[in-house]
Amino acid sequence: MERTTLDIKVNVREAQGDCYIVELSGEIDVYTSPKVKDAIGDLIDRGVYNLVIDLEKVRYIDSTGLGVLIGGLKRVREHGGSVNLVCTNPQIRKIFDITGLVKIFGIFENEDAAMKALV
Amino acid sequence: MNQPLPTTDEVEVDVVDLRIPCKAEWVALARLSVAAVASRLNFSIDEIEDIKLAVAEACTNAIQHAHGSPYIEIKCEAASGGLRLSVRDYGRGTHPEHIRSRELNDERVGGLGVFLIRSLMDEVDYDVHPDQGTLLVMVKRLEV
Repeated sequence: MERTTLDIKVNVREAQGDCYIVELSGEIDVYTSPKVKDAIGDLIDRGVYNLVIDLEKVRYIDSTGLGVLIGGLKRVREHGGSVNLVCTNPQIRKIFDITGLVKIFGIFENEDAAMKALV
Repeated sequence: MNQPLPTTDEVEVDVVDLRIPCKAEWVALARLSVAAVASRLNFSIDEIEDIKLAVAEACTNAIQHAHGSPYIEIKCEAASGGLRLSVRDYGRGTHPEHIRSRELNDERVGGLGVFLIRSLMDEVDYDVHPDQGTLLVMVKRLEV
């Protein structure tokens, strides 16, 4: 399942167990974040509560993008699930650091590590 | 370091004005334009990313809270001491200080934008007039 807009690409794929990987590419801002929110929301509506969100190809994220990730995490936690992130870009990581979100999300260097920490 | 940005009376200041529709699809243009201005100064890549994010958050606040503003005006004043950015809307806004701020460990979504602006820029000031809009002025200094 793939959705593309001018500035964001969302690629969703099933991984091991009941985990899904949401791979994001591009820029997540006030314009593009609704597409990300829809993709994550669709998965949760289908009963998927363990997610790895891969930000490795994300060049930019703002507070609306962070809000979508926080909203997704809150929803899956209501069902005993979790969201782990993949992020090694120092600039993106810095935003998680200064907002304190590193204490809320598990942030890993690759998808394998993020998945293993979920299951 | 930590000196006020010189005023236009003291040093040469190059001014770049931008006006965008108060719509989400135009925020990318604002942040890329401001990044281009910042890159004309001697800011580091990281500092340019900070400035991009701060101006985008200011525009996003205007789009989400300045109801009725037809456009957003962004004024860039580039000087040897740094960059002053003024972001103005003309909507019936919410004072940014009244948008709930947040604490670390907080899982609330609201208030992240204001928190980021304050974290990334050296000076931040708001001028809010009910029914006349909001002016946000922020400064990023160049380290000497």
